Amino acid sequence: MPSSVMPTTTSGAGPQAPAAVSAANLRKSYGAKTVLDGIDLRIPAGSVFALLGPNGAGKTTTVQILSTLISADGGQAQVAGHDLATAPQAVRGAIGVTGQFSAVDGLITGEENMLLMADLHLLPRREGKRIAAELLERFGLTEAAKKPASTYSGGMKRRLDIAMTLVGSPRVIFLDEPTTGLDPRSRHNMWQIIRELVTGGVTVFLTTQYLTEADELADRIAVLHDGRIAAEGTAEELKRLVPGGHVRLRFTDPDAYRDAATALPGGTGDDDSLTLQIPSDGSQRDLRSVLDRLDGAGIEADELTVHTPDLDDVFFALTGGAGVPAQTDRTGQSDATKETVR
Amino acid sequence: MSTLTLAVRNSSTMLRRNLLHARRYPSLTLNLLLTPIMLLLLFVYIFGDTMSAGIGGGGADRSAYIAFIVPGLVLMTIGSTTVGTAVSVSNDMSEGIVARFRTMPIHRGSVITGHVIGSVLQSVISVVLVGGVAAAIGFRSTDATVLEWLAAFALVALFATALTWIAVGMGLISPNAEAASNNALPLIFLPLISSTFVPIDAMPGWFQPIAEYQPFTPAIETLRGLLLGTEIGHNGWLALGWCLALCALGYFWSKSVFNRESK
Repeated sequence: MPSSVMPTTTSGAGPQAPAAVSAANLRKSYGAKTVLDGIDLRIPAGSVFALLGPNGAGKTTTVQILSTLISADGGQAQVAGHDLATAPQAVRGAIGVTGQFSAVDGLITGEENMLLMADLHLLPRREGKRIAAELLERFGLTEAAKKPASTYSGGMKRRLDIAMTLVGSPRVIFLDEPTTGLDPRSRHNMWQIIRELVTGGVTVFLTTQYLTEADELADRIAVLHDGRIAAEGTAEELKRLVPGGHVRLRFTDPDAYRDAATALPGGTGDDDSLTLQIPSDGSQRDLRSVLDRLDGAGIEADELTVHTPDLDDVFFALTGGAGVPAQTDRTGQSDATKETVR
Repeated sequence: MSTLTLAVRNSSTMLRRNLLHARRYPSLTLNLLLTPIMLLLLFVYIFGDTMSAGIGGGGADRSAYIAFIVPGLVLMTIGSTTVGTAVSVSNDMSEGIVARFRTMPIHRGSVITGHVIGSVLQSVISVVLVGGVAAAIGFRSTDATVLEWLAAFALVALFATALTWIAVGMGLISPNAEAASNNALPLIFLPLISSTFVPIDAMPGWFQPIAEYQPFTPAIETLRGLLLGTEIGHNGWLALGWCLALCALGYFWSKSVFNRESK
């Protein structure tokens, strides 16, 4: 089937690789609630794409539409060269989906789950057995193969889930929040698995609410907010979008705080917590100038932290939107979790 | 590969899956089987003397009453088994695995077909088991020919198919197993208000039409006629009509619910 790929987003990713997934103006609403308000996507074959967004942003709905589970109200999309609306069965033949909630049959064993997939893909018995055994081995499930899947741990279920997805040798794999609810070790295991998938030439469409995950795995990231793509690009491109870098100075003495605010007029102060935030790119020269001015005025800060922009900043800048409360909330949170002098 | 071949191969895979479930976790099926067997023993050995005094113009003995209630209990066994179908369909739909099936290049209806065939097979096996118990306590067919036995078997299979389709629909609309077993209650309740335990003309006049024309009674009367040589009359056609109507209703209902988009 000829794929009429639409250049929906001007992708900066070198020569135009064939698109594994492309979508134009996808819309979906449930009653009065608009979930997707015109989504455009273009994912080159063989890459990892992360759709990043908070809960309820429409990530799962996007995956459900692209994996033929539900139909869009408007717009069009091709997956692996097949049109979603006119050739859903051809799309199904090319994709594998691992959803947010494990899609394994808990009543039967891991091995039986794998053989079930092999049978449904109409593989000959022997080949099905061979592939099942191989995949169980690859995902460290050989020992548990004869146990009912309902007895598996969260990480094992997720691994079985992906193993089942791979039985049909899909060219495009959708992973809807593949690490949500996993412990750190299982999460890193899962990341390793996803990286290996791509080396085999598969395209991975990943949704996540973890910024680090998108940063770790994805070639390109789209931030989904309120049913729209708020930004799209590589992690580096996205980080450049926001001027999130700053130096924070905290004082215990109100006088010192006031003096510092006078000495560093570019900063914004918080009179309650006696902290001063000065925009900075985090470079040595920039830091020195801040310190020099403090020294010059004879002020000593009680604490100094440098914050370089990361995906968190991008994310909050794009999705926090509405203004001050969200902003203060956010700073409060990052105080507790990730203040480190870099 | 043609659609039909795909449908057959996928459906047989799904059937194997359901039979595997039933074999691994037989407790549900066995529990449901217990109801008709308990009722059979209860009505024969505990209430038997009183009940048998009320049929055949009085003075009938216990073996006559066994003969009277077995056809109804056989069909009640089917009703009871299909409650299990509703529960397992509902359980299945709440699992992620069905969402996975929907994203695979398989025949869409095969999930449901697998449930239906599996359930009909289970019903038939249950009927054989209940029939075995009935034979053990003294049930004998008086004059059934081979042809009548075959017709009786066909009726059981058709009735099981009809109730199964209805149960599948009930399972599909139920959000969880509890709701499914509540929704499927009529499948157990209807045989109680049929001609299973007492003849229709022993019931209050206003109630007789309800008891007489609900799906179970015509099927029970037909089965009685086939196995015991009683008058079938228009009940044969009524039973056939009910079975076909329920099959069609359940089929289209299930299909439309299953194809409806999730969430």
